[in-house]
Amino acid sequence: MADATTAGRAHAPSGPFRHFMTSATPGQLALALAITVFLALFLIIPVGTVIYVAFTEKGTGTFTLVNFVDFARTDLFIRSFWNSVYVSAMSVVLASIFALPLAYITTRFDFRGAMLIQTLGFLPLIMPPFVGAVAMLLLFGRNGTVNLLLNDWFGFRIPFMEGLNGVIFVQAVHYFPFILINLSAALRNIDRAMEEAAQNLGCSGFRLFRRIVFPLAMPGYIAGASLVFVKVFDDLATPLLLNVKDMLAPQAYLRVTSIGIADPMGYVISVVLIVMSILAMWVSARAMRGKDYATVQRGGGGLAKRQMRPWESVAAYAAVFLILLLVLAPHIGLLLLSFATIWSFSPLPDGFTLAHYGRVFGESFVYVKNTLIYASLAGLIDVVLGTAIAYLVLRTKLIGRQWLDWAATAALAIPGVVLGIGYLRTFYGVQLPDGTPLATLWIVIVLALAIRRLPYALRACYAALQQISVSLEEAAENLGATKVRTVRRIVLPLMAGGILAGFVTSFATAAVELSATLMLVQSNADAPLAYGLYVFMQSAAGRGPGAALGVIAVLLVALCTFASHLIIEKSQKAKGAGH
Amino acid sequence: MNQPLSVSTLGAQAVDVDIRSVDLSYGTNHVLKGIDLHIRPGEFFAFLGPSGCGKTTLLRLIAGFNRADGGEVLVGGREVSHLPPWKRDVGMVFQSYALWPHMSVKRNVAFGLEERKVPRAEIERRVAAALELVGLSHLADRRPSQLSGGQQQRVAVARTIAIEPKVLLLDEPLSNLDAKMRVQVRRELRDLQQRLGLTTIFVTHDQEEANTICDRIAVMNDGAVQQVGSPMELYEKPANLFVASFLGTANIVPGRVIEEGGARLFEIDAGVRLPIPDHVTVPEGAKLVFRPQHASLGADGVRDVSLPGTVLHSEFLGSTVRYGVKVGSAEVSIDVPFQSGEAIHKPGAAVEVGLSLNSAVWLAS
Repeated sequence: MADATTAGRAHAPSGPFRHFMTSATPGQLALALAITVFLALFLIIPVGTVIYVAFTEKGTGTFTLVNFVDFARTDLFIRSFWNSVYVSAMSVVLASIFALPLAYITTRFDFRGAMLIQTLGFLPLIMPPFVGAVAMLLLFGRNGTVNLLLNDWFGFRIPFMEGLNGVIFVQAVHYFPFILINLSAALRNIDRAMEEAAQNLGCSGFRLFRRIVFPLAMPGYIAGASLVFVKVFDDLATPLLLNVKDMLAPQAYLRVTSIGIADPMGYVISVVLIVMSILAMWVSARAMRGKDYATVQRGGGGLAKRQMRPWESVAAYAAVFLILLLVLAPHIGLLLLSFATIWSFSPLPDGFTLAHYGRVFGESFVYVKNTLIYASLAGLIDVVLGTAIAYLVLRTKLIGRQWLDWAATAALAIPGVVLGIGYLRTFYGVQLPDGTPLATLWIVIVLALAIRRLPYALRACYAALQQISVSLEEAAENLGATKVRTVRRIVLPLMAGGILAGFVTSFATAAVELSATLMLVQSNADAPLAYGLYVFMQSAAGRGPGAALGVIAVLLVALCTFASHLIIEKSQKAKGAGH
Repeated sequence: MNQPLSVSTLGAQAVDVDIRSVDLSYGTNHVLKGIDLHIRPGEFFAFLGPSGCGKTTLLRLIAGFNRADGGEVLVGGREVSHLPPWKRDVGMVFQSYALWPHMSVKRNVAFGLEERKVPRAEIERRVAAALELVGLSHLADRRPSQLSGGQQQRVAVARTIAIEPKVLLLDEPLSNLDAKMRVQVRRELRDLQQRLGLTTIFVTHDQEEANTICDRIAVMNDGAVQQVGSPMELYEKPANLFVASFLGTANIVPGRVIEEGGARLFEIDAGVRLPIPDHVTVPEGAKLVFRPQHASLGADGVRDVSLPGTVLHSEFLGSTVRYGVKVGSAEVSIDVPFQSGEAIHKPGAAVEVGLSLNSAVWLAS
């Protein structure tokens, strides 16, 4: 980061040779500087503070490893660490069991409903996992629907939701789409000729899958799996709601909220979380390195789709139906719960009512309003930053411009709970003129959301700009448009689809984000939906309204996503006609 | 590519390929319409035609990737239509080469032999021989992504011939190479095929490629074989207007046949006519076809008949000058050898177009 500015300044306007030294204009330099300051203030300094506190002695500020030794000597933390590793790894395994058949069946066979599966498969992502957790308890818990029926019919229960099992189950159901998406893409990107060449040389059936298809799809699978691992490792709210406290992220949260912001253990755990994130990403990057297996070429078009024999078809439909039922269970459960009068110790609710929705619209509408404001602002900040960074990286010769990209992307490795702790620590001391600490303002929540989602928006903007040929801009400049006018009249309109996609990704995920905001919300009046949900879901009486609020959240995100999907498709078609 | 000792390692008995009334439709789209072809043992044979003519479909049908609705395919006398691709023993080189990126060059080449459960020592020997044959022994441990396009193409060939296929199928193998590599690689392919004596079928849309390396060519259009013959036969004696215009430049002049005083004449326009030689049969609705170099301008040059014309434009091509000349209402191209110091006819100039009737034909579409 520092490089970007110092290097930029070194080549800043000095005499008539400026244009020969670097194509950066003063405007571009100012832009780079502004982004640098923003990232430094809201990402690097807070995270740096967390790391600094973890490695220094309380009060004196001298370097020490004592905090880490304490961590290693505390049974609770070591147990929490291994629990987190175990839960994350098992979630990957279970998510793979859900995702593999779906990905394989939909990409390899002429399967009616492949589109439906690919769409339904995304549904879990638009609901926070902890919301589903409550519904899952009612369906799969000790006295949930499934176990009550099992007990009535066969006289035994399955401990789906007991202890860590529950976390694993909920997380796998929630995050399996990441594996499904990546694996499906990888399978689709295999050139049909890759498979045909093997058949031509005498290979078929399972050997063909093992020797050619699977190795070629492997990088995609690893990318998805490591993402799931990180997400589960960092998740805070799901274990808390399921009353599992001996995992790392909940421990960090409990330390800071119960013992206090000065206690170093929260920071040590934060550093461990960051290290694990980086480790998982490193594994993923290694798996991908030098293995750009996207092999589709001219006349390729993915694996040959095959007709299924009748019995294969029956088996496939059965498998798909079962998996979809399972992964959609949280949604179904939530919907039932939101209309239920009482639902306890019975397979289905006792009766149905609209009262919960009435209550939510009456007194809890502030949550919805806050979410809309926060998520829109965060999305807006993200696409503005994303577009600016993409432009600086791809279209200018500014020295050190890559650092902007790297710094923004580094946010991927920062768990929400760590960012939350960092903000608290950094901004609590900063006071406004009237004496309120900066950390208590709602805008801080927006900033945290924006930083958390920036990497995704940035990639969307980056990809959009990359697809625009430079010659389109050169043509505009050749006809007399300045750089700024060119950006406004040529670049931005052409990027519109990608920018919108980035906005929606940011908006939709920020709307259901909790791990950073859980730390930062100071009063109910400032709380977003996810926080409200969390508060509701903690008490048995709040579950009905909580579920109603959850349904509203899901619908909200689904509607926005769908609307933007339509807009993007439309703009793409309009552009496609011009080609 | 010049290690004769390797050839004995990989040489196989040449077989013929017999395609009998093969039909194939995708829905209402009739892609192959009753194809009959016989490819002789050891022959280098081309399927030549514009894109969408069905040539690749036919090739993939021989390899077993497409299934015919009717007809049969025999390889070495054995009917293979019912066999899956992995039981056919016909080696195919894909247009995209389809080298597996997760395997080294050596592993790619060994793949087919491993699938055939060939003993390890034998695999080593045959992989080495195949790589030597294409001159890539030194790159055996590289990954495909580290090779140039030409090298990748040779690995694809080595991978295919390593299994000693009965027939070698090449699907536009030169289309992903630059112009200079194309000329070199096609010579190498021809050389390799000659030494292995392997029956080879080559799919291309480029007539120059087909002409330069193939023994015989099947010209295809619209799902049907238009004509089969050697490159020279096809050029000299095209069977129809499509073949005439697809292979080289041809002037195609419409007109009608009239009788006058017991002689047959071809009238291009009122007053512009030429005699039809007695031995020539003119099909119904036929057009006059001749190559640009079989006509001349002005007083000199071979001529059996001369017609009045007007120069429209000229292009200097180096050894020749190509004129666009209006004859009647038709426009024809005429190549005149360029001699230094000789003036080029200006547009608008009135010229006499000389035509040698021996090389003119009348063809229907």
